[in-house]
Amino acid sequence: MALLDVQDLTVEFGPEASPFKAVDGVSFAVDAGEVVGIVGESGSGKSVTALALMGLVDAPGRVRASRLAFDGRDVLAMRERERRAMLGRDIAMIFQDPMSSLNPCFTVEHQLAETLRIHEGGSRRALRARALELLRAVEIPDAERRLEAYPHQLSGGMSQRVMVAMAIACNPRLLIADEPTTALDVTIQAQMLALLLKLQRERGMGMVLITHDLGVVAEVARRVMVMYAGQVVETAPVPDIFAAPHHPYTEALLAALPEHNIGRRRLRSMPGVVPGALDRPSGCLLAPRCAYAQPRCVAQRPALDGVEGAQVRCFFPLRSRAVETTR
Amino acid sequence: MSAAPPSPAVVLAAEGLARHYTVSLGFLRPKATVRAVDGVSFTLERGRTLAVVGESGCGKSTLARQVTMIEPPTAGTLRIGGLDVAHADTAARRALRRQVQMVFQNPFASLNPRKKIGHALEEPLAINTSLGRAEREERARAMMARVGLRPEHHQRYPHMFSGGQRQRIAIARALMLQPDIVVADEPVSALDVSIQAQVLNLLMDLQEETRVAYVFISHNLAVVELIADDVLVMYLGKVVEHAAKRELFDRPRHPYTRALLASTPRIDRAARRQRQVLGGELPSPLHPPPGCAFHKRCPHAQARCAAEVPLLRTPEDGLTSGRVACHFAEAIAKLPAP
Repeated sequence: MALLDVQDLTVEFGPEASPFKAVDGVSFAVDAGEVVGIVGESGSGKSVTALALMGLVDAPGRVRASRLAFDGRDVLAMRERERRAMLGRDIAMIFQDPMSSLNPCFTVEHQLAETLRIHEGGSRRALRARALELLRAVEIPDAERRLEAYPHQLSGGMSQRVMVAMAIACNPRLLIADEPTTALDVTIQAQMLALLLKLQRERGMGMVLITHDLGVVAEVARRVMVMYAGQVVETAPVPDIFAAPHHPYTEALLAALPEHNIGRRRLRSMPGVVPGALDRPSGCLLAPRCAYAQPRCVAQRPALDGVEGAQVRCFFPLRSRAVETTR
Repeated sequence: MSAAPPSPAVVLAAEGLARHYTVSLGFLRPKATVRAVDGVSFTLERGRTLAVVGESGCGKSTLARQVTMIEPPTAGTLRIGGLDVAHADTAARRALRRQVQMVFQNPFASLNPRKKIGHALEEPLAINTSLGRAEREERARAMMARVGLRPEHHQRYPHMFSGGQRQRIAIARALMLQPDIVVADEPVSALDVSIQAQVLNLLMDLQEETRVAYVFISHNLAVVELIADDVLVMYLGKVVEHAAKRELFDRPRHPYTRALLASTPRIDRAARRQRQVLGGELPSPLHPPPGCAFHKRCPHAQARCAAEVPLLRTPEDGLTSGRVACHFAEAIAKLPAP
């Protein structure tokens, strides 16, 4: 049984009659000890998906799902108190910008102890000992002294380590990391990815890694889900998706990467931009930008099709086209 | 200075450029000096791109402030179009400023939200030239077409544009005065992958058309590998490696360059570089370590590195014309590529 099971998750904003679907019917599952990547550009709905899982989408946003289960328990049917006790303890989240995620008014120790106090409790001394242990677990040098530090005294990398310490404080079974390395320098980014993977393996956590960086996904995740304008357009296991993408969007994203254009005069780029709230096409959302678009793509919206774990939302997925051309 | 007369193609030449800041550490405590840029030398020719690479705090943005004449250097000389900036009079400096334009990282902060795009593009002409209104508008419209904006965008405000379009506007604005040099400070790092490719292509197209020279500041080595001719790698205010692009990527000589290459996430499993995670963080620029500034994080460091500052030099094995600031550059060049 999957640790996290999400079916048909939808997040809407705006009027009921003509809502804007920031997330549109997203389904996925994460097993214990598995790393799932969610990739997409800005506006693809990847962060809103994470916020919805954490119960952080406030009114007037509306979250709906036909099933949202964690560890076999139906989160949608839970009472508020029960749900709040679970979030932060069993499911924890790391945000993109460590500098603005920490409270500037309190020391590292205070903020770490707060999480522990709320979910587990204990004496001051015990909380301090636990906080120290956590800072050591995230490999912060000189941990005793850092307990007394305020966020402004920490570098970006150190702040993000503190955020990770806070997230793993209650031994969560699922960690949602939303762009955990994007705000960091490249050498620090490598340290952070290595640390997250180490903690994930040691503790057998499930992890959802949200990123716009395909390179990060390639190095960390076992399965990946590509999102575009609120919808999942492709899901696939990791080395395969990079070798043989089935959705034209995935293919175009990979082709636009500088590392895939070395020696070319120009990068292969996709025209246009991700459609916003007002200009979503009625057919396939990618149709106006897609190099392979046919009349059917403009008229009808394709469904996510395929077997579990390797699905694609396209009338003319790339593999079948390749087969046709070789005949 | 008795150096050889500069080639006419050289539009920008820096020699021993330095910028130091005095910072207060608190009441009654002695002031300290931060060497944000320390002894940087390079030349840039017309139509070429020099990439400046390094992590936050390495001095790359301070270098941009020197080149764009926003701040005077503390020491060293800067020549733009053969003219020494420090000794130019006010009129000459005004003329030089037209030759160097800038594109900033964040297109959401670099455009005035109260000005229509047409106005933003025409403003440099209104200030710096004696062109009439109709002529200014004509040039602005021509430039908009060139960077891929539609004519109706002339009357729109910045909030009506996406990030990629705004960066196109910022690029158009920088090119309005037909500068010789454009300093682009992380111009694509705030953009999505598919938009990044469009903007990079635009930058390369414009360079081909106008022969403008770019100082391209970036932390993204994949982008640099694509767009640069020469690469300058900086660490804590100093140049640690300066070489032609292919040389630098095929045979990095400085351990820090190697670490940067190894840390960049890659997709291709075959090409995936052996991940060797660099420990530690950038040291405080207030208290740089003695000797080589990198030695505390360097996997190849030896006793000499802690004692002696390595000079920027051309390695003696004759395999490169680039320069490296490492005592063991020759040995490190023999290691397999990271």
